[in-house]
Amino acid sequence: MSTSTPRHIALAGNPNCGKTSLFNQLTGSRQKVGNYAGVTVERKVGFFTTPQNTTIRVLDLPGAYSLSSTSPDEDITRDICLGHHPAEAQPEILIGVVSASNLRLHLRFLLELKQIGVPVIVALNMMDEAEKMGLTIDINGLSAALDMPVIPVVSLHKQGVSQLLTVLDQPVQTPTPLPEDTDLHTEVRRLLSHYVQQPATPHERFTDRLDRWTLHPVLGPLILLIILFIMFQTVFAWAQPIMDALGSGLNDLGAWLLTPLPDGMLHSLLADGVIAGAGTVVVFLPQILILFLWIITLEESGYLPRAAFLLDRIMAMAGLSGRSFIPLLSSFACAIPGIMAARTIQNPRDRLVTILIAPLMTCSARLPVYTLLIGAFVPHRSVWGIINLQGLVLFGLYAAAIISGIIAARIMTRGVASQEHPLLLELPPYRRPLLRSVALGLWQRAVMFLSRVGTIIVSLNVLLWGLSSFPAPPAHAMGAAIDYSIAGRIGHLMQPVFAPLGFNWQICVALIPGLAAREVAISSLATVYAIGATGDDAGDKLLPILSSQWSMATAFALLAWYVYAPQCISTLAVMRRETRSLKIVLGAAAYLFGLAYLGAFLTHYITLKML
Amino acid sequence: MYTLATLPKGHEAIINRVSHLTGNDAIALRLGELGFVTGELVHVIATGPFGHDPIAVRLGTSRFALRRSEAARIHLQDTK
Repeated sequence: MSTSTPRHIALAGNPNCGKTSLFNQLTGSRQKVGNYAGVTVERKVGFFTTPQNTTIRVLDLPGAYSLSSTSPDEDITRDICLGHHPAEAQPEILIGVVSASNLRLHLRFLLELKQIGVPVIVALNMMDEAEKMGLTIDINGLSAALDMPVIPVVSLHKQGVSQLLTVLDQPVQTPTPLPEDTDLHTEVRRLLSHYVQQPATPHERFTDRLDRWTLHPVLGPLILLIILFIMFQTVFAWAQPIMDALGSGLNDLGAWLLTPLPDGMLHSLLADGVIAGAGTVVVFLPQILILFLWIITLEESGYLPRAAFLLDRIMAMAGLSGRSFIPLLSSFACAIPGIMAARTIQNPRDRLVTILIAPLMTCSARLPVYTLLIGAFVPHRSVWGIINLQGLVLFGLYAAAIISGIIAARIMTRGVASQEHPLLLELPPYRRPLLRSVALGLWQRAVMFLSRVGTIIVSLNVLLWGLSSFPAPPAHAMGAAIDYSIAGRIGHLMQPVFAPLGFNWQICVALIPGLAAREVAISSLATVYAIGATGDDAGDKLLPILSSQWSMATAFALLAWYVYAPQCISTLAVMRRETRSLKIVLGAAAYLFGLAYLGAFLTHYITLKML
Repeated sequence: MYTLATLPKGHEAIINRVSHLTGNDAIALRLGELGFVTGELVHVIATGPFGHDPIAVRLGTSRFALRRSEAARIHLQDTK
């Protein structure tokens, strides 16, 4: 019997048992989110104080169905519970969180926790749902039979949490384990029949009624389509104005801050390197936050697994499961939130493949480049009377990207596809998302993006600025300043490599600063052609120059290049952050550059032959 | 005897047994841990919009989505 004061505890339980809302309720904002060393499993640790002023460190373990794990999440839970984890000590007390409305499933895992040999306190969560279902639970009887304290809680409110804190101030005994050969299902059935009373005629649950609509073979996809439609409307209608305002606000702020500085190197470093880099980072935020507002709300409400159910068959064509759909769809707005959203995919292989093909989904930053080149080279006329040729080309670019993504995913999943790859997805009851959890989730995403990804983006932006600014052109130089810089020289050196694609040296030079963000390519082309245009009118001024100086084959090859090329260091930075592996990032960059080169080469060759 | 893969939508049946396709069939083991064990009642609540795959099944107070290939491991008998 242990009597010492516990300091280090962990919450363990099935997915959808309300563990995280209990964690939020216990710790409030005193929590930190990170990753377990070496894996991409989210690690949540928090602190709280008991009535007797003991500070307790609590770990929110990943949800698990069993200690015989089938995923990296469950590996972590098993290793920590059993005290096998290299970096985390075995918790002094486990809080086994079970949902009172789904005891049949959750008690089984609780019995596994009982067998470990550490003290366990049972948090009997979602008592309100159980009441609505008409269940009567003999809590004292259940507690005696389990040989563990059972505390009823509704983790959405403070209810029960204070009682849990009081119990933590008292010594908790280690439960006597069940005999080794006990069949856990039989034991669960015995407990349920003794201590849980079901109503004679169970009333149909809200979830079952809603599922008749949302899982319906015709209405289900229609509802999903409407939700996705509204989602993307808000992303573009709400995020775009905020992004534009943030962008210009940051420009003004930069200009104002830098007024006292004389024109020169330092001014340029701060304006074009640091502030422009920070601008790139901040401008992504509205889109990320609005997309995540949707994704977190859909996840918390229980709808996301239903969407995965509806789309599983389609995603299976790419060797993936329905879970990959939302991250990939988000990537059409921007690959960064898409890659971050891949966290909702439990299967590690699916998650990696989704992250790797996310950059192939045509993000909105490619549109300015597409618009400029299509406007300059594709005649504005219609085919067969009704189809706009420019629109057709744009559609073709999107289609090429999607088809390539499917093929790439198929190739990447081929070796492991022989091994059956299960869906086995729980469809949890629908629940009203909590404002508090959604806000906390958004806050964590924003902090993660700004601190981890932001620093990489700003440093690389400063590096690119250095490459494009040094050495400075001689005093009476003709042509663009960038042409004399290291970036200019690299561009010239690259030219023979890119000649088979029809790229001239101007394109090669513009590609380097264009790495900062895809849309920067236009202003850097403007810089190279020394037309001194900035911002919005760059495209308009470039259009006549490009259409007179480039061949159609070159323009089409550049379009093909943009379909594939990882021309966005922010995407690579977030990939690095999410996979924690430089090898994967380099591999992704190599395969995308390879595809881009091949695509541009074929496009150039075919266009030359056809014209 | 029939399997969950062939149970029509809206119908229910009792699990007779869960078969393991290989000696160490991870999917069958996981099905067991999720509560697909002999004697439990299963009810098909929905089938996927494309090719009626996957299926959504109610098992006690839980609901699961599984592909037909996974459901084929679950052998059923009629409710009495």
